Amino acid sequence: MYLYDQTDRQIIADRVAQFRDQTARYLAGEIKDEEFLPLRLQNGLYIQRLAPMLRICIPYGLVSAAQLRRLAAITRQYDKGYAHLTTRQNIQLNWPALEDVPDILADLAEVEMHAVQTSGNCIRNFTTDQFAGVAPDELIDPRPYCEIMRQWATFHPEFAFLPRKFKIAVCGSTHDRAAVRFHDIGLNLRQNEQGEAGFEVLVGGGLGRTPVIGSVIRRFLPAVHILSYLEAILRVYNLKGNRDNRYKARIKILVRAMGVEAFRTAVEAEWQHLKDGPSTLTEAELARAKGFFTAPPYANVDPAATTATLAEQAAGDKAFANWLERNTHAHRVAGYRSVTLSLKPTGVPPGDITAAQLDSVADLTERYSFGEARTTHEQNMVLADVEAAQLYPLWQELTPLGFATPTLGTLLDMVCCPGGDFCSLANAKSIPIAETIQRRFADLDYVYDLGDLDLNISGCMNACGHHHVGHIGILGVDKKGREYYQVQLGGNSGEDAALAKVLGPAFEESEVPDVIEKIIASYVAERVEGESFLEAYRRLGHEHFKGVVYARPD
Amino acid sequence: MPALIKDGAVIDNRWTRPVLAAQDPLPAGPVLVSLEYWNANAAQITARADSVGLLLQPDEDPAAIRGGLTDIPLIAIHFPAFTDGRGFSLARLLRERFHYHGELRAVGAPIRDQLSYLVRVGFNAFELAEHYDPQAALASLADFSDSYQAAADQPLPLFRRRG
Ligand code: SF4
Repeated sequence: MYLYDQTDRQIIADRVAQFRDQTARYLAGEIKDEEFLPLRLQNGLYIQRLAPMLRICIPYGLVSAAQLRRLAAITRQYDKGYAHLTTRQNIQLNWPALEDVPDILADLAEVEMHAVQTSGNCIRNFTTDQFAGVAPDELIDPRPYCEIMRQWATFHPEFAFLPRKFKIAVCGSTHDRAAVRFHDIGLNLRQNEQGEAGFEVLVGGGLGRTPVIGSVIRRFLPAVHILSYLEAILRVYNLKGNRDNRYKARIKILVRAMGVEAFRTAVEAEWQHLKDGPSTLTEAELARAKGFFTAPPYANVDPAATTATLAEQAAGDKAFANWLERNTHAHRVAGYRSVTLSLKPTGVPPGDITAAQLDSVADLTERYSFGEARTTHEQNMVLADVEAAQLYPLWQELTPLGFATPTLGTLLDMVCCPGGDFCSLANAKSIPIAETIQRRFADLDYVYDLGDLDLNISGCMNACGHHHVGHIGILGVDKKGREYYQVQLGGNSGEDAALAKVLGPAFEESEVPDVIEKIIASYVAERVEGESFLEAYRRLGHEHFKGVVYARPD
Repeated sequence: MPALIKDGAVIDNRWTRPVLAAQDPLPAGPVLVSLEYWNANAAQITARADSVGLLLQPDEDPAAIRGGLTDIPLIAIHFPAFTDGRGFSLARLLRERFHYHGELRAVGAPIRDQLSYLVRVGFNAFELAEHYDPQAALASLADFSDSYQAAADQPLPLFRRRG
């Protein structure tokens, strides 16, 4: 992973000193509340229903053992001994005290971490595929480009006061595991016919109140031009985006208002001035960045022998077989697999992780995966480089730690925002909904039989739980001061992206598990051989499920 | 009149900002005028070039300024709210695209803790809100010892300068 040099260290140290001074002046009454607001937001600190929250950046989801241990220590010293993984690969503390935040940032800086631009109307963390660098379907490793863009965006002086927040996702594989179509800018790394690396550029996607699938504004941008092109997009948005109404301020609204063609023309015109300038990437810089993401020293293994052993182990242990099937993933190197550590055991808020677990992950990365882990936007963690022969002992270790819930990609691997238990914007609680559904579908064999199924829950229309792109989406709404839940179907965040459609009137909390059960039961009854839930939904149609759920018993 | 920080020091602010209709005569003394007034009164302004500056609103396009920018002694960019970031882009355009070398001043509502970014995009003068002690604010001009990306104050991104 990327390692800081003296200049990187100095810049982050400058930032910590700056925020320490700002916090002191704020506490002394020298900075007004509304002036301190963007300063603290851009240092990750936002105030929620119960306490301040501090969102710590995990750049494009990569985290080292030393960093995990530091995170564990921070949650113990300054918080309640646990943290929460967000849907943008970051990690969040729920209970830090404002006065402690400068010290927390200083502790983070010692392990080359920070909370820069994790909130506020600025360029946020770049997110990418959690299997970057190891996925068999990868065309180009996105991590060096993510790092180059991360540096460009960090303390960008022109774009710290945008109309709204700005999120960029990067994908380097054929399967989109980064939801690039639902970001302010989505970047697909591709090669052109001459074999040069470049980006397909999408703009104006997003969830929230007005969900939109992003539009392609450039089929192929040679990679060396990425910074000037991003700068052109951001400049057009910064100058022309709506600043009067925060609900109309995202770039998707500007793109829609101008029209994609006019927006593209404006960006291209701006870019003509910036193209080939000093921000054009050099061979040396590309080589430097790539040098941080080289393959680790993989062992020379005999894949055939390993496969045979694994098959034997799986045959002898159903639980292991389930886990192997659901929670491990193909790797580009024969004899290796990637492993997802599930943070979705029933009864724990999805994405929560304790200090002890963070320490355990650190140890596991060192013994099984070259000292690095990844965070995923589905709120799990990944050990990317595990020797297949080590999977059985690893699984045995994961089980007592609570990481082996073998439900990845299933109905039980829900994405869920913090909701009304933590979030001041919520219309309704979301975590208890996740839990009642998990309890209702406790029969694992039944859940496996359902196959891949994304169920996403948001506590309000801000959509932090990405309910619009769940195959099943649940949205908390307020009906005359009471918590209700709207059910949506048919969303998908992958390359065949789609937005979910609302099924009908919202339900009370107690009704939700029954409704989900009816939908699932109908899928099971109607599906044809091998058909996934999403495929069946697309074939049977929205009205079919509407009938199933709202039909009156007669 | 709010205190003025210019080129790293607190100095007296001599420039007035009267509201002028296009046909009004130019007041005496150093004065900032709107883009509309500027474009309507090019002849008078040229005669008094060193004491007439331009006050640009965040939705105005520098390309609409009549005449060259070389002789303008002062361009002020108005920040209607400190969170309105359009002025940051306008400043870079003026410096980097229109090659404006005169005084570039942030007026309206910029706050002390924006100073380091304002410097980076090309401002060299600032009128801060009244509740900031301008002398103390000087410390915020250089919050960062280096920066990653190219901007008006440093045309080379860090990757072209790393040792
Ligand atoms: S979706 Fe709403 S309730 Fe959930 S975290 Fe976001 S703002 Fe809060």
